[in-house]
Amino acid sequence: MEHIRTPKVEQVKLLDRFSNKSVTGTLHLTATHLIFVESNSTSAQEIWILHHHIASVEKLSLKTNGCPLLIQCRNFRLVHFVIPRERDCHDIYSSLLRLLRPVSYDELYAFSYNPKQNDQQREEGWQLIDLAAEFERMGVPCDQWQLTDVNREYKVCKTYPRDLYVPIMASKPIIVGSSKFRSKGRFPVLTYFYQEKKAAVCRCSQPLSGFSARCLEDEHMLQAISKANHNSRYIYVMDTRPKLNALANRAAGKGYENEDNYSNIRFQFVGIENIHVMRGSLQKLLEVVGTRSLSMTDYLVGLENSGWLRHIKAIMDAAIFLAKAVTVEGASVLVHCSDGWDRTAQVCALGSLLMDPYYRTIKGFMVLIEKDWISFGHKFADRCDQLDPDPKEVSPIFTQFLECVWQLTEQFPQAFEFSEWFLIQIHEHVHSCQFGNFLGNSQRQREDLQLKERTYSLWAHLLSEKQNYLNPVYSPSFAESHPVLEPSTQAYHFKFWRNMYHQYDRSMHPRQSILKHVLTLKDSNRELEGTVQALKTKLQKFSVSTSPLKPQTPPRERSLPPRPQSLILGAPLLSRKEVQQEEDEEVFGEEAMEDAPAITGGERTVEGSSATENGYGELMGSFGSKNEPGAVTLEFGVARMTC
Amino acid sequence: MEFAELIKTPRVDGVVLHRPFMPTVEGTLCLTGHHLILSSRQDNTEELWLLHANIDSIEKRFVGSLGTIIVKCKDLRVIQLDIPGMEECLNIASSIEALSTLDSVSLMYPFFYRPLFEVIEDGWQLFVPEEAFKDLESMTDEWRLSEVNKDFSVCPSYPSLLTVPKDIDDESLCKAASFRHGGRFPVLSYYHKKNGMVMMRAAQPLTGTNGRRCKEDEKLINATLCAGKRGYIIDTRTIAVAQQAKARGGGFEQEANYAQWRRIHKAIERSNVLQEGLIKLVEACNDQSHSMDRWLSKLEASNWQSNVKEILTTACLAAQCIDREGASVLVHGTEGTDSTLQVTSLAQIILDPACRTIRGFEALIEREWLQAGHPFQQRCAQSAYSNGKPRSEAPVFLLFLDCVWQILRQFPCSFQFNENFLIMLFEHAYASQFGTFLGNSVAERLKLLLSQKTVSLWSWVNRPQELERFLNPLYEPNNLVIWPSVAPQSLLLWEVPLQMHEMPKEHMDCEISMC
Repeated sequence: MEHIRTPKVEQVKLLDRFSNKSVTGTLHLTATHLIFVESNSTSAQEIWILHHHIASVEKLSLKTNGCPLLIQCRNFRLVHFVIPRERDCHDIYSSLLRLLRPVSYDELYAFSYNPKQNDQQREEGWQLIDLAAEFERMGVPCDQWQLTDVNREYKVCKTYPRDLYVPIMASKPIIVGSSKFRSKGRFPVLTYFYQEKKAAVCRCSQPLSGFSARCLEDEHMLQAISKANHNSRYIYVMDTRPKLNALANRAAGKGYENEDNYSNIRFQFVGIENIHVMRGSLQKLLEVVGTRSLSMTDYLVGLENSGWLRHIKAIMDAAIFLAKAVTVEGASVLVHCSDGWDRTAQVCALGSLLMDPYYRTIKGFMVLIEKDWISFGHKFADRCDQLDPDPKEVSPIFTQFLECVWQLTEQFPQAFEFSEWFLIQIHEHVHSCQFGNFLGNSQRQREDLQLKERTYSLWAHLLSEKQNYLNPVYSPSFAESHPVLEPSTQAYHFKFWRNMYHQYDRSMHPRQSILKHVLTLKDSNRELEGTVQALKTKLQKFSVSTSPLKPQTPPRERSLPPRPQSLILGAPLLSRKEVQQEEDEEVFGEEAMEDAPAITGGERTVEGSSATENGYGELMGSFGSKNEPGAVTLEFGVARMTC
Repeated sequence: MEFAELIKTPRVDGVVLHRPFMPTVEGTLCLTGHHLILSSRQDNTEELWLLHANIDSIEKRFVGSLGTIIVKCKDLRVIQLDIPGMEECLNIASSIEALSTLDSVSLMYPFFYRPLFEVIEDGWQLFVPEEAFKDLESMTDEWRLSEVNKDFSVCPSYPSLLTVPKDIDDESLCKAASFRHGGRFPVLSYYHKKNGMVMMRAAQPLTGTNGRRCKEDEKLINATLCAGKRGYIIDTRTIAVAQQAKARGGGFEQEANYAQWRRIHKAIERSNVLQEGLIKLVEACNDQSHSMDRWLSKLEASNWQSNVKEILTTACLAAQCIDREGASVLVHGTEGTDSTLQVTSLAQIILDPACRTIRGFEALIEREWLQAGHPFQQRCAQSAYSNGKPRSEAPVFLLFLDCVWQILRQFPCSFQFNENFLIMLFEHAYASQFGTFLGNSVAERLKLLLSQKTVSLWSWVNRPQELERFLNPLYEPNNLVIWPSVAPQSLLLWEVPLQMHEMPKEHMDCEISMC
């Protein structure tokens, strides 16, 4: 609390990002959140912003109505406050600067967050995901693959988990030898086993081959992977980098596998760009879509120039290649990039998701993230900017993975148990530092931080509100008939993910949500079925036969099925207790309500649908038409329309 | 003329049909006067019935003696027929070409089609102006139904009955008509019950370079304003285009003569530009390169989405003037038969919940498109695949449907109909067994005796068994004005008409039962 100089500022204006609308309210600064409470008593919206979510704070130059403060969040929320007094603004600004740069892990929210669970509940939460059980599910260990204890003490590779699966034929000296020939000691290990064809997906980092170096143990290692699969004479080695990058790495003593030295490999570059390119690309994308009164041309040109969707497609193409090699050819694949924790994680995880319907369920998706991202050492702390960061390490690698999954949910609406809100919620928490799962850069570091003892698991939290993330059109029978997804790689199937990048810009969302509507219908359906059941039981009690069915008038007192709390968005129905996450219950649609006096309670307003917010053009402009009589522009507002 | 003369080979066996997203079918190809039929002659397999009128262009290819005809349809479907035998293939191709380019309207299928269902409710009688006027009368007595155009001499593209301000006599109407392009003087398009504001539409005024004026025209539109109130004129063209129009005798309302009106210029493209856009868009969708950058730049270059955004924005603006500003609106472009109708009809969908029902939407199409004189036959004569030089073809109606789809996507519970309904209208506008979209105006339709000689699309659509697949299960009627977002991020590419996806199952059924 010592960093907070001004805990409360009144008469703060919150400006809407895309229109001229603004609301006035009070700004509160707490140890964990920045909170804005609208003063309007009827529709007092609250916005809670977790300090960890803040990416940058900017104080703009003083204006006549106060001092503007621009806050950009990692969940793509952008808020623009105007604080009446310059001094208050400066206090908030400097407090935030300190608060959003925690200097030690202990300062992270996860260590103070307390959802009122006892130790046992917390432990159970952490036990939900069991990777040993996951490998067992895949059929490992088996006659060709075994668990090795070589990394039990993190001696061979600091960034790998303790438990690793390798071919039976890979002896300890081979493993150790291979690890010395691989960047950061990340030698080839199993990440997914395709039982049907006994084909393996393995991952590692780049070899330290330089221009000509070779390593017999490493060559043996790849041979062992190849031999473990009788279906195919060769294995694919996918270098997920562009060829040029790999070539450049040779000068630094790194590089890629020389096909002449490794027998029976098929080497392939797939050309996913590095973390710096991805960071720049997202920045460009956000700049474009953050533009006010964006024209369609600027939007499409900007989308193209940002390269974002091209990168997303590149990752998807690589995953499709992987899935095809494994499921169609029955070949094992070894995937790597430079360090094997960014692009490799993306491709392995996405490829597995294409091959295995289990990963398309809620629980399975958690397992997948736990396996390919958390345990194999994707550097969440660095990439997501958790602690006093190096800006050059930050990159939206995991966001891209989530987006690829979203693109798949768009192509295969029935294939996933979860809706996009599950993905978006995970994205929120990767940055929120509220749960322990994503803290730190590796398993080892997480153990050192005693996360399991000191923090809570996100997965338990998400499972407890599972119903919010269900996809109502999910069909398990679709999964059965389509175990392997074969997505289209046509460019037009890749779309801009509005609900992710504009999650908080509600004026852009559909005003009624099919998802929410269907969920509500399903709910009330269940409820009614319950009633039917109860009535049947009652009838039986009176020993009246329930058939033949006669149309019965429902009991009078039964109220109508519950309506969606809000028709806006597909945003899941949020449990009240977790108000900290889902702060803003912005109430739009007042205007729509005026239009419908006949409708009671505002239940059915079409929220967010207002003419003012959308800015259809000239009417929003200023009355500056005198010099250009042809194009008359008007100030919005009836009062000024005296002509 | 006998169709038989044009059919060189009526039947070929062993033809293989390839359609995107569907299994291939082998069967017998038959040509009739109006249809290309492919049947495997087995139960439970798909048959193809394709109207020749739906064919936009064909391509022939030969590999040895196996010929291939690629048929590109006006509804943007592309199918491939493998025909054994070069001669058969050539015969089929030239027959299709001849049959699909017949110029005479009276040879069109609707004149030969006999419905297999009993017409219970005659669609031709469903939406007559007198009925619409009765509704208006119940709300206001400021308007009258004029018969000034009963022989279509005042305005050939208007219907015979028009709703005009009560205080304006027919003589003034004639004078105003002579001052508007094509005689399209300002008439009522929509009455906003909530505040009594109105939307009118017209064609451009013929001011010319020397600033001609017409007192009757001024009086006519001023009669729709309450005392002391101002209205808006929404000109769908940019000011530059409107200025240029003066040189050709057209123009726009001068402030000096229309002091009670404010003019707003928007930038909806002219129809020939829209047609180029459609061709480019379809090309982009058929590009197999899979490169993201190429796709996005081609999509951008087609301007399709920009057109959608501009049309929707203009409609929202009109609706905003009426509902939020409490002002009456006059909409026009050049001829008043294209962009004008897009704007007036979309504004009604935004403002009037009745237009979001199936019947209401049918009435809207009838009122604002068919009776208002959108030249369907000219605009839909060719589509994106045609090799012919475009004359006055333009996807004006398709863009309107696209905009409706955008609103439907944003308000999925506010419409009684679903996407299939819009697709169905798109298909029938280009080729149909029904007479509804034939002709370019009410006058032409009367001359063709369509209501006696053909069946109305509405007679078929409104049958309960057909309606079922056009109903939106999420529909919950609401009386609200629905304001869509027009941000580029909120507008999506309407993929179904572009054949980018597998057709929904019910859609296939439709293809069969229609024929």
